[in-house]
Amino acid sequence: MRHVAPQPTVEDIETLIAPFLALEGPLLPILHALQEEYGHIPAQAHVPVAEALNISRAELHGVISFYHDFRDKPAGRHVLKLCRAEACQSVGGAELAAETLARLGLDWHGTTPDGALTVEPVYCLGLCACAPAAMLDNRVVARVDAAKLDRLLAEARA
Amino acid sequence: MKLRVPMDSAARALGADEVVDALVAEAGRRGQQIEVIRTGSRGMVWLEPLVEVEIDGIRHGYGPAGPEDAAAILDGTSVKALGPVADLDWMRRQTRLTFARVGVIDPLSLAEYEAHGGLAGLRRALAMTGQQIVDEVKLSGLRGRGGAGFPTGIKWQTVHDAAGPQKYIVCNADEGDSGTFADRMLMEGDPFTLIEGMAIAGLGVGAARGYVYLRSEYPDAIAVMRGAVLTAREAGLLGRDVLGSGRAFDMEIRVGAGAYVCGEETSLLNSLEGKRGVVRAKPPLPALEGFLGRPTVVNNVISLATVPVIFEKGAQHYADFGLGRSRGTVTLQIAGNVARGGLFETAFGISLGEVVNDLGGGTASGRPVKAVQVGGPLGAYLPVSRFDAALGYEELDASGGLLGHAGLVVFDDTADMLAMARFAMEFCAVESCGKCTPCRIGAVRGVETLDRIAAGDPAALPLLTDLCETMKDGSLCALGGFTPFPVMSAVTHFPDEFARLKEAAE
Repeated sequence: MRHVAPQPTVEDIETLIAPFLALEGPLLPILHALQEEYGHIPAQAHVPVAEALNISRAELHGVISFYHDFRDKPAGRHVLKLCRAEACQSVGGAELAAETLARLGLDWHGTTPDGALTVEPVYCLGLCACAPAAMLDNRVVARVDAAKLDRLLAEARA
Repeated sequence: MKLRVPMDSAARALGADEVVDALVAEAGRRGQQIEVIRTGSRGMVWLEPLVEVEIDGIRHGYGPAGPEDAAAILDGTSVKALGPVADLDWMRRQTRLTFARVGVIDPLSLAEYEAHGGLAGLRRALAMTGQQIVDEVKLSGLRGRGGAGFPTGIKWQTVHDAAGPQKYIVCNADEGDSGTFADRMLMEGDPFTLIEGMAIAGLGVGAARGYVYLRSEYPDAIAVMRGAVLTAREAGLLGRDVLGSGRAFDMEIRVGAGAYVCGEETSLLNSLEGKRGVVRAKPPLPALEGFLGRPTVVNNVISLATVPVIFEKGAQHYADFGLGRSRGTVTLQIAGNVARGGLFETAFGISLGEVVNDLGGGTASGRPVKAVQVGGPLGAYLPVSRFDAALGYEELDASGGLLGHAGLVVFDDTADMLAMARFAMEFCAVESCGKCTPCRIGAVRGVETLDRIAAGDPAALPLLTDLCETMKDGSLCALGGFTPFPVMSAVTHFPDEFARLKEAAE
């Protein structure tokens, strides 16, 4: 379960990142670990991480902001990713995504007002022979149609 | 009773776990003893979830299976019966070398891996010198399966000859192209093949460390690869003393963070180092100054996973398959709006039309095929008039296409080619790393220009053509450099869709 408003201390961050410091190129594993723990990269982590890796805070910000995966604030309790890529488009993926967003009253990256669900685009889940594809948290779903999407949305907002 | 059900994420996304639950529950009700083994996928995605029941050593298939089929499958009376899986047309017509074990074995059983020919290649390589290993790969004719088609043996030779206190093997598993899933299926279905291939590469070029850079969109593949690395380490396949040879090779799985451009090898290396995934200018080649500035082999999953079978069966055996300068087999991924989609491994040279119409059975919607995008989001849209094109690197290039990672996305006649061209530019704009101007700015201008064409502006099409030339010639990597392929192929092959609107406006 993700923390709603995590307030990690410097010690929390240092403990979390310690196992990664001996790796070659430790920053991405560290950022993944932070996001796994807190649901986003908390601002409190910036100084301890930059100091541990001897990089500037600007450099760290540059890395965090480069990658689609890393968030600077928590997402909804569940994240639904809908594939926008070509194979999914060939079987109506774009229409399905547009209907879903319209129904939820969201744009891409938006979160429902109850905080239950964030909807994000993804470019390919490798399910191109059974498209359209979606992923709810870490679970993949293929040949998504309106009925399957209803079940996913109900599950996420339960 | 022994049953096999894939744990491949395509099968799971279609309900394989629910089928397993139903089979176990039904057997429990009957007091029947069953053993369910999870495997990779055979690649017949339209038949997933595919349940295989072993009778007298022969595997009989049932698919596509749902939970409601459990009782009849256990009875042997299910209408989903397909007969022996190995006798199915799709299986019989393939030459499965790289994918020989995928769908057959339990992916995480090293014992099954060995029983099906695994580790024979590595054992042979351990008796060879580094140069002999590199020569064997050169003789096989293997070329980079990630898309560029660069001869693998020549890349290895460069790293072999480079001086350096530390060298690396980096596997590019950032399979971001739409329509491709061979890397995912291989990693989920036969991870030890990739590990063995990387170990052979390490022995060949003198690298003791390896990394797999695996995209975060593939959580199942990440879990399987991590499990396999732990097992391999415990079994002495990885570590300080590979299979008791006294030689070291170890590796780690690293997870990407959702940037498509990190499939480009120099962006990938920057990302692996913990930097922004921006492209590096070449030279220096990664083979000389790669990960952390050290000599590095960067190869795609399928290239590295093909190395073990080359050493097991001999380079000449592999090179005997294929067409022209495309030697060996190609792992076709048939996707999109297609009746029978999946993975099909065959010798290079099969025609595009045979793949789409004969193997794929035409569109899933039943409407006429309009176009096929070959080679991912940076590949051209080919119309039906190009269906005689042979699938080989040079052959497809001559037909105005790009083989890339050998993914084919089929579209029916409802496809809006202007919208697809616009999407190509939009995708490039979203995913551009920002290092070079033609890609960063050009893609945004490309979207705007296509919108002007859609609005009927007659001046916009020449501008788009000019912009595509600039992007092609001026971009640092394939993202900006190849985005013009889908755009201009749509303009060339479907001119009406770009001109009709113009006339209407005039």
